[in-house]
Amino acid sequence: MTPTPPPDPRPSPTPVATDEAAAAHALGVHRLAHHFDDLAQQHRAAELGMWAFLATEVLFFGGAIAAYSVYRMTYFDAFAAASNQENWLIGAFNTAALLTSSLTMALAVRAAQLGNSPRVSLFLAATIALALTFIGVKFYEYAHLIDHGLAPWGDFHFEPPELAGGARIFFSFYFALTGIHATHMVVGVGLMLWLLSISLRRGFDDAFASPVEMTGLYWHFVDIVWIFLYPLLYLVHRS
Amino acid sequence: MTTTGLTGPADRGGASPEIPAPPRRREDYLNVQTSVRSWLLTVDHKRIAVLYLVLISVFFVLGGLYAMLIRLELATPAADLVEPETYNKFFTLHGVIMIFFFLVPSIPATLGNFLIPLMIGARDLAFPRINLLSWYLLLIGGVIALAALIGGGVDTGWTFYTPYSTVFSRQQVVLTIVGAFIAGFSSILTGLNFIVTVHSMRAPGMTWFRLPLFVWSLYATSIVQLLATPVLAIALALVAIERFFNLGIFNPDIGGDPVLFQHLFWFYSHPAVYIMILPGFGVISELVAAFCRKRIFGYSAVAMASLAIALVGFLVWGHHMFTSSQSAYAGLVFSFLSFLIAVPSAIKVFNWTATTWRASVSFRAPMLYAWGFMGLFTLGGLTGLFLSTLGIDIHVHDTYFIVAHFHYIMVGGAVMAYLGGLHYWWPKITGRMYTEWIARFCAFVIFIGFNLTFFPQFLLGYLGMPRRYASYPPEFQVLHVMSSAGASILGVGLFIPVVYLLWSLRYGERAGPNPWRAVGLEWMTPSPPPTENFSQTPVVTWEAYEYSSLTPEVKLGRPDAHDTHAPA
Repeated sequence: MTPTPPPDPRPSPTPVATDEAAAAHALGVHRLAHHFDDLAQQHRAAELGMWAFLATEVLFFGGAIAAYSVYRMTYFDAFAAASNQENWLIGAFNTAALLTSSLTMALAVRAAQLGNSPRVSLFLAATIALALTFIGVKFYEYAHLIDHGLAPWGDFHFEPPELAGGARIFFSFYFALTGIHATHMVVGVGLMLWLLSISLRRGFDDAFASPVEMTGLYWHFVDIVWIFLYPLLYLVHRS
Repeated sequence: MTTTGLTGPADRGGASPEIPAPPRRREDYLNVQTSVRSWLLTVDHKRIAVLYLVLISVFFVLGGLYAMLIRLELATPAADLVEPETYNKFFTLHGVIMIFFFLVPSIPATLGNFLIPLMIGARDLAFPRINLLSWYLLLIGGVIALAALIGGGVDTGWTFYTPYSTVFSRQQVVLTIVGAFIAGFSSILTGLNFIVTVHSMRAPGMTWFRLPLFVWSLYATSIVQLLATPVLAIALALVAIERFFNLGIFNPDIGGDPVLFQHLFWFYSHPAVYIMILPGFGVISELVAAFCRKRIFGYSAVAMASLAIALVGFLVWGHHMFTSSQSAYAGLVFSFLSFLIAVPSAIKVFNWTATTWRASVSFRAPMLYAWGFMGLFTLGGLTGLFLSTLGIDIHVHDTYFIVAHFHYIMVGGAVMAYLGGLHYWWPKITGRMYTEWIARFCAFVIFIGFNLTFFPQFLLGYLGMPRRYASYPPEFQVLHVMSSAGASILGVGLFIPVVYLLWSLRYGERAGPNPWRAVGLEWMTPSPPPTENFSQTPVVTWEAYEYSSLTPEVKLGRPDAHDTHAPA
């Protein structure tokens, strides 16, 4: 029933560390919410809760992507022409940045499970840096598109004009989907800043890796959403 | 503290926790702290359930007032009480408030919140703080919707159909949508909490097929909440973005597709019907078992029917688009699937009926609501089959026939179940009994008032009266006046319980742990329960609804029978 915990890689506590061990034990008690029997149960609940939340998120993005797909069929040529306006190289760069940030996040989770707080801080900082790079590039892209009259809310210009209607819908989806995705990234960065402050102040140990793991799950989800958005928004003209 | 009651075999040994006679001032979840702050910052699932009860009661009164205004306007053929534009706001706000702020949270957030941990032998839900957060989200969503109401109202109908909602309406559409969006998050978080709780917090021995059917039905509901609500969220978000930035996603003038919005909207809003009625099924299962002194006939079929409804409920949304440009082939498939979903619903009704066979049924107030539910839900369900028949739907689409149909499900079903459940668990929640005869009387008044309100609407719709109009041809007046008269009776019937339930808080007889002599873990702890629910974690060694092992006196529900708390 209860999964066996992984072997503790840290050296066993020396007699000198008894007080420290007692403090850690007290801390563990504190970390166990009153309504759970043990930390394993608490961790299982957190994990299931996070996966259930991600299922919700899949349906959230799924609705928008379904709507996109309907219009992709209705305005086939316009969507191909409109996506040509995107710079797929910049998109590829951002994809690489985000995939790398997933790697650093996974390393942060591993470090938290091993109780290695300095490495947690290091990898969290790297993940945050990559995320901010992505968001910065995104803003550059937005500015570029708006400058070229491709903002669907403003004075929309598109050549050839007979495809302008479908292209405007394409850019509506472009801004809506990437905007919602970027909002999710900002939330993720906020979570990582919070974890970073914990990591720097008092550190993580293997009994308290849960928050890092849950944020990791969330971050990988945000990454996977982009893996769908990138081909839908940048690469459709190649099909 | 870390391993409360779950370590030694000595703790696990007992078949049931011992129930001490309640002393005069026993500490329970209600009196442990009494400051307003202790209520607003509580993470106790029982207190949060009470917070929900208060909040949704306010919304119910508000939604009910709009219903009264609608029926008052329709008492005469001309639009003489208010302008037609104002009437449009009335039915929109009635729908928005009743659906998003009353029916969706009603049974799950109040009874479910209170009972799920008690029924599975847990100390709380898995995420107590998220539970409190979801209450605040409903409150904030409600306040925003009320702000929209004060800021001029909204007239799109609760369905927010495009392009009216995105281009033409000059009302507070965005504000209302933001309110519904936030309330949706409340619903998602409640569902998430329930799913995780049922998976990970069950007491030792509480296997899945020992769960009360109420827990099964709320589990199925939670799946729908979790997977359907986000699609509404994105649909409403797109409407709000479109309105705000003047985009053309759903605007046919610029090439958008308004029917696409309908598909996204109903992908949530049809499953939402099951969010509203599935918890009602769970309540009825508990009531029928407790007042028939019998295990529910076909327990596992009823449990699986809940999951089947949750699953098939995702595949029937297209029956809302039979008349709006959907292909005949798609209509055929959605029609077939809509018939299919009647099967698990029928399984439930037949199994409840079979449970009453040769049972010693007691006609206490909660059971009267259960009988009402079984009749009214059946009528609502059968008229649903009319509507899923393509040819008939073309005829009665957007008429009062459909208004009557969904009110038979939502009021005759969900509200009746909610009231029945509230009466059944009121002694557990408050520790007090209400006056039985007046509660029975009220159940009759509500039943009669309800039928007088909504049965004439079937006739009106069949005769061709369209919905959402403030005025109508004079030949419909007799039926409309009957409906309005019924609504007044229904209003009185719904008001009296507020009085006697509040009265019982102070003057009601003390209930004791198990006033109905029912089985189920929630009845094995004192009423009102202590904050930690059980003095020690219960160990379950019996099946759900084990009434057969009770002594004959208890089985027959005789009041003088000695108090037995657990089956042997």
